[in-house]
Amino acid sequence: MTITISKSKSTPGLLKRVQDISGVDLSKCYQCKKCTSGCPVSGMAKCPPSEMMRRLHLGMGDKLLDSDIVWMCVSCETCSARCPMGIDVAAVIDALRKLAVQRGAAKPEGNVPLFNRAFLKTVEVFGRTYDFAMITAYKLGSGKLKADTEKFPTMLKKRKIALLPPRGADRKTVRRIFKKTKENGAGQ
Amino acid sequence: MKYAYFPGCSAESTARDMHQSTLAVADALGIQLVEPKGWTCCGATAGHQTDRILAVALPAATLVKVKDMGVDLVVNCAACYNRMKVANHEIAGNKQVRAKVAEAVGRDYDGAVKVRHLLEVLLDDVGADAIQKALRSSLAGINVASYYGCLLVRPSEVTGFDDPENPSSLDRLVAAMGGTALEWPHKVECCGGGLSMSRTDVVVNLTDSIVGMAKLAGADCIAVSCPMCQINLDMRQLDIARSKGNRYDLPVLYITQLLGLCLGVAPERLGLNKLMISPAKVVQAVVAA
Repeated sequence: MTITISKSKSTPGLLKRVQDISGVDLSKCYQCKKCTSGCPVSGMAKCPPSEMMRRLHLGMGDKLLDSDIVWMCVSCETCSARCPMGIDVAAVIDALRKLAVQRGAAKPEGNVPLFNRAFLKTVEVFGRTYDFAMITAYKLGSGKLKADTEKFPTMLKKRKIALLPPRGADRKTVRRIFKKTKENGAGQ
Repeated sequence: MKYAYFPGCSAESTARDMHQSTLAVADALGIQLVEPKGWTCCGATAGHQTDRILAVALPAATLVKVKDMGVDLVVNCAACYNRMKVANHEIAGNKQVRAKVAEAVGRDYDGAVKVRHLLEVLLDDVGADAIQKALRSSLAGINVASYYGCLLVRPSEVTGFDDPENPSSLDRLVAAMGGTALEWPHKVECCGGGLSMSRTDVVVNLTDSIVGMAKLAGADCIAVSCPMCQINLDMRQLDIARSKGNRYDLPVLYITQLLGLCLGVAPERLGLNKLMISPAKVVQAVVAA
C-alpha cells in the first residue's frame, strides 16, 4: 500500500472532527489490517478500512470523504468486532458519512445519502418506514427507474410490499425527535 | 410468559411472513406478545449513518413506552434488535447521550428495558425440550444452513448474543426440530443489508458467495432471523442467476416459518407464499414426516 498525500491538501482538522463525532481514539490503530481482512467489501473498495484509518492519521483532508469505502461500507461491524485495540471502526465510517453529507462531498455511486434521506423522510412523516414512498423517491432521485421493476408484479401478487402508508405510530414523538436533532446539527 | 413485542416496520410490508410466523409460533408455545401502543421506527441503518443522537433517540421512543409496560421486550428482526441494544448501551453508558436523547424524545429514559431476541426467548425461556415436546412433525433430517448475518452478533459487547464468530442458536433449534444443522463457514458473513437498492452490485456479490457456500455445503434450505438477510438471500438469487449465471434455487425461510411448520401451524398462517424461491420441497418433507 502506497499512500501519497498532497501537503497543500492536507487538513489536520478532519481527524479531530472524526474523533469528536465518533468518540473513537484513532491513535490506537497500529495498522494490523485485521479490519480489512474481515471486511466483506475490501475486495471491491479502492480504499479499504485500514487504509482509511492510515489516511486519517496522515492528515488527509476532505478528499477522504470522497473515498468509496465511506458509502460502500455495509455497516456489518466486522471491523469493530475484530479490532485487537477495540477501535469502533464502523463508528469512524459513520462519522465520515456525516461529514461527507455536511460538506457536500462528491455524489457516491448508488447515492446512498439520497436513499438514507428518502428512508428517514418517511419515518419523519409516518413514524414508521413507508417502503413504497421511499422506493419511489429514491428511484426518481437516482434515475434508477428500471432497477428491480421486473420483480414488482410478483411482489404485488404476493402482497410482499405494503401499498398504503403505515398507521398507528406515535408520529408526534418522532417529529419531535427529528426537529430536535436537526436543531442540534444532524445533517439530514 | 408475557412480553412486549416490537414487530418492526418490515413486519407491515416486506416481512409480513416473519411477523405472521412469529405470532403463530408464539401462540402455539403459549408466549403472550403485546405490541407497545404507538411503536415507531428504530431508525435502522439510515439512522446511524446519519446522526448518532437520532439513531439512539428513535429506538428510545419505543423503549420508554416498553418501560411503562414493565415487561421485557422481544424483537425478531435482527436489525431492530441491534438498534434497540445499541440505544440501551449508549444511554446507560454515556450521560451526555442520555441527556440529549431525553431532550429529543421529551422524556428521560435510563436504558434499562431488557431487550431480547425471539431466539433467546425460545431457547432460554421456553427451552429446546419444551419446544420438542410441542412438535407435531419434524424437519425429517433435511440439511439446514443457519445464517445469522451481522446484527444479531455484532458488536458482541453490545448485543451479547451467543458466540459472535460461531453462533449456534438457530442450529440448536434446527436440531431440536429434527433437522441436520450444517457446519458451514458463512454463518456470520454480511449479505450487504441496507445497500440492497443503492448498491445492488455489492449485494449480489456478497449474497452469491453466501448462497453458493450454503449450496456447496449441501443445504436444502437456509434459515434466517432477519428481514434484510431474508430478502437479500432470497430475492437476489434472481439477480445472481441473471448476472452471474449461478442458479441455486435454494429456499430461504425464517426460523419461525420452519418452527411453525413443525408445530403443526397451517402453512397459510406462516406467509410461506411470500418467499420468492419456492419452499415447496421443504414444506413437503416436513408435512410428510
